[in-house]
Amino acid sequence: MPISYLLIRAGGAGADAWRATLESGLVEVAARSMLLALLVAVGTVLVAVPWAFLVVRSDLPGRRGWALAGALPLVIPSYVGAFALVGAFGPRGLLQSMLEPFGVERLPEIHGFSGAVIVLVLFTYPYVFLLVAAAFRSVDASLERAARGLGRTPWQAFRATTLPQLRSSIVAGALLSALYTLGDFGVVSILRVDTFTRQVYLRYGPLLDREGAAILGLVLCLLTFIVLVIERRVLRGDQQASRRRVAARDATDRVRLGRWTVPALLFVSLSTTFALLVPMAVLAWWLAGIGVDGAWLDRWSDTFVATGGSVLASGLGAIVAVAFALPVAYLLVRRPGRLPSMIEAVVYSGYALPGIVAALGLTFFATRTAFWLYQTLALLVVAYVIRFLPQAVGAVRSSLERVNPSLEHAARGLGAGRFTAFRRVTVPLALPGILAGAMLVFLTALKELPATLVLRPTGYSTLATEVWRHTAVSDYREAALPALVLVAVSAVPLWLLVIRPASATTGAGD
Amino acid sequence: MATSRRIALRRASGTIATLLVAGLLAAACGDDDTATTTAKGEDKGTTLVVYSGREQELVEPLYERFEQETGIKLDVRYGDSPALAAQVQEEGDRSPADVFYAQDAGAIGSLGTMLEPLADDTLESVDAKFRAEDGRWIGITGRVRALVYNTDEVTDGDLPESILDVTDAAWKDRVGVAPTNASFIAWVSALRLTSGDAAATKFLEGLVANGARTYEKNGAIVDAVAKGEVDLGLVNHYYLYEKLGQDAELPIQNHYFADGDVGNLVNVSAAGVLASSKQQEAASTFIEFLLDEGQHFIVEDAVEREYPLVQLDGLADSPRYKDLPALAGIKGPDVDLSQLGGEVAKTVELIAASGLTS
Repeated sequence: MPISYLLIRAGGAGADAWRATLESGLVEVAARSMLLALLVAVGTVLVAVPWAFLVVRSDLPGRRGWALAGALPLVIPSYVGAFALVGAFGPRGLLQSMLEPFGVERLPEIHGFSGAVIVLVLFTYPYVFLLVAAAFRSVDASLERAARGLGRTPWQAFRATTLPQLRSSIVAGALLSALYTLGDFGVVSILRVDTFTRQVYLRYGPLLDREGAAILGLVLCLLTFIVLVIERRVLRGDQQASRRRVAARDATDRVRLGRWTVPALLFVSLSTTFALLVPMAVLAWWLAGIGVDGAWLDRWSDTFVATGGSVLASGLGAIVAVAFALPVAYLLVRRPGRLPSMIEAVVYSGYALPGIVAALGLTFFATRTAFWLYQTLALLVVAYVIRFLPQAVGAVRSSLERVNPSLEHAARGLGAGRFTAFRRVTVPLALPGILAGAMLVFLTALKELPATLVLRPTGYSTLATEVWRHTAVSDYREAALPALVLVAVSAVPLWLLVIRPASATTGAGD
Repeated sequence: MATSRRIALRRASGTIATLLVAGLLAAACGDDDTATTTAKGEDKGTTLVVYSGREQELVEPLYERFEQETGIKLDVRYGDSPALAAQVQEEGDRSPADVFYAQDAGAIGSLGTMLEPLADDTLESVDAKFRAEDGRWIGITGRVRALVYNTDEVTDGDLPESILDVTDAAWKDRVGVAPTNASFIAWVSALRLTSGDAAATKFLEGLVANGARTYEKNGAIVDAVAKGEVDLGLVNHYYLYEKLGQDAELPIQNHYFADGDVGNLVNVSAAGVLASSKQQEAASTFIEFLLDEGQHFIVEDAVEREYPLVQLDGLADSPRYKDLPALAGIKGPDVDLSQLGGEVAKTVELIAASGLTS
């Protein structure tokens, strides 16, 4: 729907508008956006895969805690994280003021391209981590043991048996962070990197150029397709392997880290410091700046209402997204072909589209065809589903791939119908991925801002809109309370649904 | 194994259900709040939908005062002014909005004939240069471009007489600008209209050569000046008071340029009534309220200290404005605000070409 909206708007633009928009240094911006997406994807894999390995397959002290820490940065909206990191490490940030007695006048610049790569990696690697950790847990370790028995070194055995089984999760995760980066506006604008999405926002914003924005939106769709094609190339030849996978959950051997324990701990604790502790500390610092005044009750009641709004809209978004993701992922895994691939491409392009495009597209259609839906909670939920469905599809798909189809065949052979077999055999086996998918959508929708602002029912507030309301008048101290509550609200389901069941089932298997 | 999964699933769906119910309850609480505060409006049965590009933090008390005094209920939709303008344009003539109150003349001007011309006696309460030529929007508050500076780093005597002097070598690496911000773009348009494109390009390239630091918004510039990241910032005058309201000790102050300097552009926040609105009368009441009570509110209560545009008794000598130059005394460039909207595209092209945005 947003895409056809873009077609209508961009199609209505004259040739001059096209030329003017496309000539304005666009190739450079496009190249920069693609490079940023690529580097962020690679960076997230480099952080997330070792991390997942450490918590699932090694004897790292405090594994459960680190498993939680690996996923937790997901609770911090990347724009809040970027603000907080700039506040802490900017040329005249908090760190500089602490170092001032030692004669440090300015810190090195964190604004710019490399700063944006680092910040985006810090706040998107959990997407890869969650998918890969879930995959690690359901990997069939007997193959690896067999390979060791045949005389392979641990690394050779891992590479030959386990890594291929993780591949689709790694790629799905990297794809999510690459597309997130393409569609990100907050981080790049705070760190002053000119990307495609920033250009789209500028055109909807101060430039008041809707046609130009639509043209750029279409080009952005094209970039998304390119990323998808690359993904398809990487995964080619993987389909056969996926069919043989067995969902075995027997005890896995834990690798003894030995003298690697200290570097491993250093790695996870440093990442956690920057992705989690520093932003939280800065938020707490801002909140403390308010002190105690008479407005606490108002502040809390606003935040309470917004929390309800957030949980309701995002929760419905997560449920509907998973409901749509299951059949799509099932088709992709069990009946691959041209049509499912097309569906997948369309689904994924919604993810990289800037939120404002999705929102204005829905505005355009709803006001013309379904006015009763306009500015209702339902339409907001639709927007969340359009934007975040790929997270659910990615997660459900990679867990379905590890469900052996012969189990479904066995169930059908025993007289179960196709749907019954799906419901009673496939869904329970793929459950970790389904829950992870629902959680990803829930957590991302909680943080969504641009589409929420346009589509929310008038007067409806969410935690993200509360944060925006205060940052709009650049009052970071007032923004800190809803931001911290947003973090807390996200942390609860993350703990309940992703970390705890996972460690409980691994525990049962040991 | 299957049992443990089933338990996990049951537990998970239990949690989700609990969260949703909790969310529903909290959201319902919110509805209750609005229902009670607006009970009065139901007597008259009139509800106006206001799209407010002006921030909730600033105007919410004013809107509440309107509801209490008129009994007309307001459904306020807050957003960024240009995004709200784009939204109204996509909604077309089915827009639920009755009134649009925007941060700047550009955003509201982009709606063109989607706005209904205002009544003559409403228009006449405001100086002709602060309203649309075709009478479709009217300025509510005035704001002046100013130079915010760090009082620890800069002494008053060193401050530039003209905005064009901030490209001098003395200010190398010390100036902050927000090149994509609507009010900066409007100012560059004013520079082009008064001094020509060549002068504007020269100034923009001078900023780049002088190592000006760029920011996304005016508020971020004032923050940076307060921290000493830069020493001067090109901003609107009222951001200073927002910041000082949060922390009165900050070492920041506003500087205005010499009389007649192009740096002293006066711009407005503005409101208009949608032509598609079925409540023209109530909408006009709202606009009139902004031009009456709203002016008192701006002067007496708002942190920002914007300028009132209507000359009402008792407003002129408010003690809160003793540090500010009087609006009538500010000599800036002579430009037509209605014209600025049409210049945006060309101005942005010049800004991009100067390299300031990359």
